[in-house]
Amino acid sequence: MEFATNLLNIITYLPLVGALVIVFALRADSTRAIKAVATIVAGLDFVVSVPLWFLYEPGGAPFQFDFQASWIPSVGASYHVGVDGISILLILLTTLLGFIAVYSSFTAITHRHKEYYVFLLLLQTGMLGVFISLDLVLFYVFWEVMLVPMYFLIGVWGGARKLYAAIKFFLYTLVGSVLMLVGILALYFYNSTGLQAIGLVGLGNAPSFDVTQLYTIAGQIPAGLQFWIFLAFFVGFAIKVPMFPFHTWLPDAHVEAPTAGSVILAGVLLKMGTYGFIRFSLPMLPNATREAVPWVVALAIIGIIYGGLVAMAQKDMKKLVAYSSVSHLGFVMLGMFALNPQGLSGSVLQMINHGLSTGGLFLLVGIVYERRHTRAIADYGGLAKVMPIYAMLFLILTLASIGLPTLNGFIGEFTILIGALDRSTLWAVLASTGIVIGAAYMLWLYQRVFFGEVTHEENKTLKDVNLREQWTLIPLIVLCFWIGIYPKPFFRIMEPSIERIVRVVDPDYLKQPVAQPQAMPLPALADDAAGHTAR
Amino acid sequence: MSPALLSRADLIALLPEMILTTLGMVILLAGVATGKRHKALWVGTLTALLAGAAGLWIAAQATAPDARMYFDSFALDHFAVFFKSLFLLIAALTVLLSVDYLKRWDARPGEYHALILFATVGMMIMASGVNLAVIYVGLELMALSTYVLAGYFRRETASHEAAAKYFVLGALSSGILLYGLSLIYGSFATLDLAVLTEKAAAGPVSTPALVGIALLGCGFLFKVAAVPFHMWTPDVYVGAPTPITAFMSVGPKAAAFAMFLRVFDGSFAALAPQWRWLIGGAAVLTMVWGNIAALTQDNVKRMLAYSSIAHAGYALVGLVAGSAAGVQSVMFYLLVYTVTNLGAFGFVVLLESRGFAGETVRDYAGLARKHPLAAFGMLVFMLSLGGIPPTAGFMGKLYVFAAAVNAGFVWLVVIAVLMSAVSLYYYFRIVMQMYLQDGADDEPAPLLLSPWTERAIWLCGVAVLVIGVFPGPFAEAARATLGLP
Repeated sequence: MEFATNLLNIITYLPLVGALVIVFALRADSTRAIKAVATIVAGLDFVVSVPLWFLYEPGGAPFQFDFQASWIPSVGASYHVGVDGISILLILLTTLLGFIAVYSSFTAITHRHKEYYVFLLLLQTGMLGVFISLDLVLFYVFWEVMLVPMYFLIGVWGGARKLYAAIKFFLYTLVGSVLMLVGILALYFYNSTGLQAIGLVGLGNAPSFDVTQLYTIAGQIPAGLQFWIFLAFFVGFAIKVPMFPFHTWLPDAHVEAPTAGSVILAGVLLKMGTYGFIRFSLPMLPNATREAVPWVVALAIIGIIYGGLVAMAQKDMKKLVAYSSVSHLGFVMLGMFALNPQGLSGSVLQMINHGLSTGGLFLLVGIVYERRHTRAIADYGGLAKVMPIYAMLFLILTLASIGLPTLNGFIGEFTILIGALDRSTLWAVLASTGIVIGAAYMLWLYQRVFFGEVTHEENKTLKDVNLREQWTLIPLIVLCFWIGIYPKPFFRIMEPSIERIVRVVDPDYLKQPVAQPQAMPLPALADDAAGHTAR
Repeated sequence: MSPALLSRADLIALLPEMILTTLGMVILLAGVATGKRHKALWVGTLTALLAGAAGLWIAAQATAPDARMYFDSFALDHFAVFFKSLFLLIAALTVLLSVDYLKRWDARPGEYHALILFATVGMMIMASGVNLAVIYVGLELMALSTYVLAGYFRRETASHEAAAKYFVLGALSSGILLYGLSLIYGSFATLDLAVLTEKAAAGPVSTPALVGIALLGCGFLFKVAAVPFHMWTPDVYVGAPTPITAFMSVGPKAAAFAMFLRVFDGSFAALAPQWRWLIGGAAVLTMVWGNIAALTQDNVKRMLAYSSIAHAGYALVGLVAGSAAGVQSVMFYLLVYTVTNLGAFGFVVLLESRGFAGETVRDYAGLARKHPLAAFGMLVFMLSLGGIPPTAGFMGKLYVFAAAVNAGFVWLVVIAVLMSAVSLYYYFRIVMQMYLQDGADDEPAPLLLSPWTERAIWLCGVAVLVIGVFPGPFAEAARATLGLP
């Protein structure tokens, strides 16, 4: 089992090794070799992460591929990594999008190639580290480490306002995460010695930042303290998600970032916020989470509708997709804070869906931007005639994004709505309007860009997508169809992990009589959803 | 008390100071004799520091941690040994940073190196003193040596100004400190810290004594350059020769924190409820003002001066937290800050080619393209100053904030973390110039050829990353109890 115990370390540090190889072994002007190494490393990283999917036993231990090593014993921080069904999905998404990001950058990046691929690979190590960490200090280290390469990706290779966007992204997310650090410390001391001066007696356990240890004390934390820790975590995670009204960094960062940066940003970085909620806030602070439900759900629904309306008003394709993220992430948060198995599993699935479809849309916008150097919707029109393959790929991802049955977005949103409906009809009704708005702005975008006559002379000679560009998109589209048609394996792998969270955060829920249709066991629900779409 | 005035144990405990003083005088004379034979003098100084380190090792082996020498006025506990090692490291790195700098500016190396050694002796006495009078003597030895070093470049007006301001305000602060000492002596009839500890713990303390303690605190705050006693810092740091600026930002500051910790977290720990609001308030002001004032600085030395003020604020948070964890966190933080800041100043020395103290942030534009390794090094130091993992700066802050949260100062930590987020803005101004400004017309200041400065920077850089990834052993080395719970 040597391979299995070290698997997570291999996956996480392979990109780092690749980055070091590029730094030390390759000259800055040998761009072909740099691209080759980066692609091979990123591809290999995806390949080695696939066994997680097959080796993980959903019915087994909560955290598998567990690896623990001594790190800072005096404060109780250890190098502890492990994954459950939720993190495995996000790791696979990260390695896949990481590969696609590298592969899609060959022509988009025209200067400072060496640094670019180094930062991209370092970023990947940081993101993977976040998803495997089972120690809060380790988690925090990876969480912050990943800001630096992203800052450079936006700041060096970004668009016109790159300097502004880069520092805004950096400072915004940093402010959130430093407050989270205070929350982490409060949690840590409550588990051990308490906060002496304000008379808060701790539980007297051995000092530990270990997530599995902190899970065990979840029920014992007094409500007042839970509230403050939840608030500290909330600021950090909500900025990252981003939830309304903390989303203002997102349009700038997304629009200015290079294409691959936007793909990673939308596909993975935003998920770190939602992952943080699901990994830490919900299972460690169940009481505060229940108290916070109305507030968080209100913000989520505002985000869904507001993000959609603002997206509709955009004149820039990339900005439109960026604002659509605010709306989609609102769905993720809504499902999560329904605090029932349907909502949570829909939420996790929607994280993956959003990574696939929005990541794909950013790639597509990047493809025409490379050819025309404009992203204004008004500069296009009638592209379906000149770029038929491109138009088809764009259509599929548009439909995935708006949730057409047989595509992934439908399964995610449908499951989330079932979860929300179980809690409140109003939530579900309001959220549904978001779906309508989503269909409106995406289809309107599609109509303006692809239909009608070719109004601009330059667009008549545009080349259709080449083979490499097609191959950056095909894996995403295949997955969109797979999840849309047969989502059961995805639900199956995360189901026990989600059930554990629900058991903590809403212990009464699973005891409800089975007569309620919404409370039917998850696999059945998944089958139902699949069957529904197949019809 | 042994019949002899000085026992053998007394002499051995003072071995490192005696070695450094003797060799310092030798270097002073050698400087007169050899004139500008730079190499002989700096190699000699490094040898003296190595001999001092050996002396420290022998002294530490031979002395029991709880033994008190020289009529109970001098201790060589783990706390003192840690700080003395830190001072020797600081002095050695300063000498390395100065090697090519002194040649470039054609300065006389003899007195310069001797004064660094004397300042080091002063700092070592401050760390070892367990009697306020002894601490004061060490403080003045250190301060007088640094005044001269700050004004070492006689032909530069800025250096003059720095020395004059430093001296006048330093004398003022010494006066405040002495007045505090006199009130404390008047109230407790002793300056012995062990006796003061007992008396402070024993019962109600008179108002004059509290005033004395407050004045003592103000004097200490002045020495660590905390707001509102920081006015001298930017001008002095800009005007002093850059390696001396580097030295002042870590050496005298660490020494001041050593006495601060020993007196306030050690002896007056029982009076913490009385002095905490004073020091805590100063910590808030220091963090807020240091960071906000640094935001608008274009001169790199000035920016690092304000950053150094801000870092004193973070260390004060650990001091306010008190207890063994607080003391440990401050000591660890000072170690982290030393390697980080000396490394950052090393680059300022390397890039200082456009006149005395004239480098602005713009002079770093395009550095990443011209000198990728140097830019990466500076990036590491800026990240560490800003407290971003995996650098030492993050771990230093983590320990300080953990100690403060544990002591219940959550509000102080919230201010500290928000301010450290603010600080990233100005640290990243340099990063932005180095990496993001890469127009063809950007010509960064040329790197000056100084192999020894580069080696010192390498050492600091490796230390920053090693401490950042494996902080355990270093934090353990900084665990000194001062007899605290």
